[in-house]
Amino acid sequence: MFFLIFKRFVLGLITLFIVSLITFIGVEILPGDACTSYLEREAFGEALAACIKRLGLDVPAHERYISWAYNVIQGDFGYSLSGQMQINEVLGPRIKNSLVLASAAIIIGIPLALILGIITALWRDKMPDIIISTVAIFSMTIPEFISATLLILIVAIWLEWLPGIVIVPTDVTFFELLPNIILPVIAIAMIMTAHMARMVRSSVIQVMASDYIQMAILKGVPYWKMVFKHVLPNALLPAINVVALTIAWLLGGVVVTEVVFNYPGLGRLVIESISNRDLPVVQALGIILASIYVSINFIADLLTLMLNPRLKTLQTRK
Amino acid sequence: MENSKNTFHENPKSSLEKVLDIISTMASKPSGFIGLAILIFHVALAITSPWFAPYDYKAINPTLMLNAPSSEFWFGTDSLGRDVFTRTILGGRTALTITFFGSIIALLWGGLLGIFCGLVGGRIDDVVMRIVDAFLSIPWILAMLLIVSLLGTTTQVLIPALGFFYGKGIVRVARAATHDVIAKDFIISAKARGHSNLSIIWNEILPNVRDAILVEGAMRWSWMLLGFSSLSFLGFGVSPPTPDWGLMISNARGLMSFAWWAVIAPIVGLSSLIIGINLTADAFAKALGIDRSTKAPV
Repeated sequence: MFFLIFKRFVLGLITLFIVSLITFIGVEILPGDACTSYLEREAFGEALAACIKRLGLDVPAHERYISWAYNVIQGDFGYSLSGQMQINEVLGPRIKNSLVLASAAIIIGIPLALILGIITALWRDKMPDIIISTVAIFSMTIPEFISATLLILIVAIWLEWLPGIVIVPTDVTFFELLPNIILPVIAIAMIMTAHMARMVRSSVIQVMASDYIQMAILKGVPYWKMVFKHVLPNALLPAINVVALTIAWLLGGVVVTEVVFNYPGLGRLVIESISNRDLPVVQALGIILASIYVSINFIADLLTLMLNPRLKTLQTRK
Repeated sequence: MENSKNTFHENPKSSLEKVLDIISTMASKPSGFIGLAILIFHVALAITSPWFAPYDYKAINPTLMLNAPSSEFWFGTDSLGRDVFTRTILGGRTALTITFFGSIIALLWGGLLGIFCGLVGGRIDDVVMRIVDAFLSIPWILAMLLIVSLLGTTTQVLIPALGFFYGKGIVRVARAATHDVIAKDFIISAKARGHSNLSIIWNEILPNVRDAILVEGAMRWSWMLLGFSSLSFLGFGVSPPTPDWGLMISNARGLMSFAWWAVIAPIVGLSSLIIGINLTADAFAKALGIDRSTKAPV
């Protein structure tokens, strides 16, 4: 089992190494280097020379990659081009804001998805299932920017219940942030819940059709005891990986949602840094978002291994 | 001339008959029927709309700014005085064309690479799958935005870029489907007969994994449409004044407290198309006997 965990860990590290190569080479082979694309029409003479010197672009690419990667491992992403600040200072508050948003969405989304998924599976093809599943399909297929825009139009403009966009400085404190995140959290949690509820539903249905559940029914085990003791533990295990993938998938969707609500998180930084052609920040974001993806998947693998007794014995027997 | 492969069957069906069979199975359920109807409506609208669009989509008229829907302007006018109805019925053309060709590119390279990796296995397979995993862990939106902002938002950039980024997931599906058939007797006997890898892929594996790949491709089409519209919405897709739903929503959003019609019309257009493609893809999967319900949204 420890070997399996170790193997997953190493594979994750290899993936991250390839990601760092891809972001570095990608930025390198696209036309124009960081300085010419950032300075645009002013890219000549002293300004260009100073920028090249500051970023060390006069050094060959492979040497630059090694020194960049060495600094990144130590947690130093270098300097951004636009603000000429340390990228770490730029990232810090953004990561905090995005974490607040994501955790709120996860805290609401996961229990809700479990409840809805179980309800729809137990009342399969009956009224509750049809209604919830239809709503779920709508909210997971409609683009994030549409559901977010509709939320603003209905809740903020027509009903006037909540502020439509977030107008706070980037380094706002947690409690000042809280009332502003209600709508963005609803927008994100809606899509997330819909995806996860669908997975939980199909997983529960699969277990309900299995032989040992049929056996339990025939033996006369009370219905709810059977659901909680026999169905759910077996059905929720495969759902862990799906939850992880859904959270990771949201990293892309959150970008759009943050822009719609003007929320000062990592997602809006993606758009800002790309609009400003701030390639060092883009590289840093690529690595950070990929690390989040890889670590979420790694944690999900760990959880599945720990919770599944079959996988433990499988390894020790070998 | 009869195809020699079909002589084992009692009634060899032509490929056209098979396609018609699948379509009628899809349309036999209400969700599949609705999906197909919406999709056909949108494709027909996209093809014919330039002939019956009542106004010029780019004609700016300051005297007609933000008019409410009326008998003259069915869906009202936007902040530049352009007819929203005209722009809405034209708004799906670019998105449908780009994502359709993008999906075909994604299917081709993703499917072939996946089959190839599944067939050869070993070192090559390991290396390719590591690279695919690495690409999967970079958020698509970051990579797409970077490419588009540096290379421009022309069709020649968008189609291959979308095709590339949405094909990497197909590699995995095609590889898994290939693994399912690779140990079957007919593959082993084809190898024993000394057929080349290319011939095995074309004649033995492809007919068996085609369904799984096509279903995945249909699903990718709706995700790609979502991705493309998000790019347009963020200002990195088509450039104005081209009518496009994502761009229209983003332009009309700021003024939606007085002019909700300018944002609702493109929202209805885009949502209905995406839901239509999704329902069609689901019905397509069911008609081919493939269960997608346990797939994660990657």
